[in-house]
Amino acid sequence: MASATPVDDEATLIAQLRAGDDAAFEQVVRTYGGRLLAVARRIVNSEEDARDAVQDAFLNAFRSLDRFEGNAKLSTWLHRIVVNAALMKLRTRKRKPEQSIEGLLPSFLDDGHHEERFQSWDEPVDKLMERAENRALVRKQIDALPEGYRTVLVLRDIEGLDTEESAKVLGLSVNATKIRLHRARQALRTLLAPHFRSAAS
Amino acid sequence: MKCRELAEFLSDYVNGELPPESCTHFEFHLSKCTNCHEYLVQYEVTIKAGKIACDEMSDEMPAIPDDLVKAVLAARVKA
Repeated sequence: MASATPVDDEATLIAQLRAGDDAAFEQVVRTYGGRLLAVARRIVNSEEDARDAVQDAFLNAFRSLDRFEGNAKLSTWLHRIVVNAALMKLRTRKRKPEQSIEGLLPSFLDDGHHEERFQSWDEPVDKLMERAENRALVRKQIDALPEGYRTVLVLRDIEGLDTEESAKVLGLSVNATKIRLHRARQALRTLLAPHFRSAAS
Repeated sequence: MKCRELAEFLSDYVNGELPPESCTHFEFHLSKCTNCHEYLVQYEVTIKAGKIACDEMSDEMPAIPDDLVKAVLAARVKA
């Protein structure tokens, strides 16, 4: 069965869901489930928690269909619900031992200069991100970040939580959250550099 | 300010949280050091690229596993 057929007529689909149409529920789960699972995986630390978050999210969504407002997009609404479900999982889990990020941070000479000369990147960000293969690459490299760093980056830079909220969910101090975010961004830059470096330089 | 310190303060600078005096030192170093300037540019591109890559709704995502679809639908009936 096709995994993600785009939904042309959301209003009809919502009406079918509200009427309790089984086929409509299945269509929603198949259409949006893959994306929601990808979002949940980026936030939580295990496949089991990601799957649970997706299941919780769908059940919450189905229970509160009455509260869905017609002017919002179904995908946006579901996204918000799965982020909350994933954060809930994150709050209740103990943190795993830290993976080191040192190897992905810049290194410096004794005189304080960067050891590396940074070659400029090919194109401005909007141009780079126009290509689906680059977007997939960036998602892949985010997933490759050490766990405790990936989560901070996802909450702050992608899901748009503020430092205080993120710190609370993660059980970290505000300062530790800021440091982690900075390191995560630096590490992601290191992972992207070999791909985005201009061929000419 | 050395490159090492500049890298340290990058996040605060990008977030607009660097105190004015440090900001002056930061920008002075930046005006003279092309390597740090390049690093700052890439740091900012990285932040934006992450956001765009994860926001893009038109991208194909891996399908939801069939057993998870079944679990969700079964849980709905039970609920």
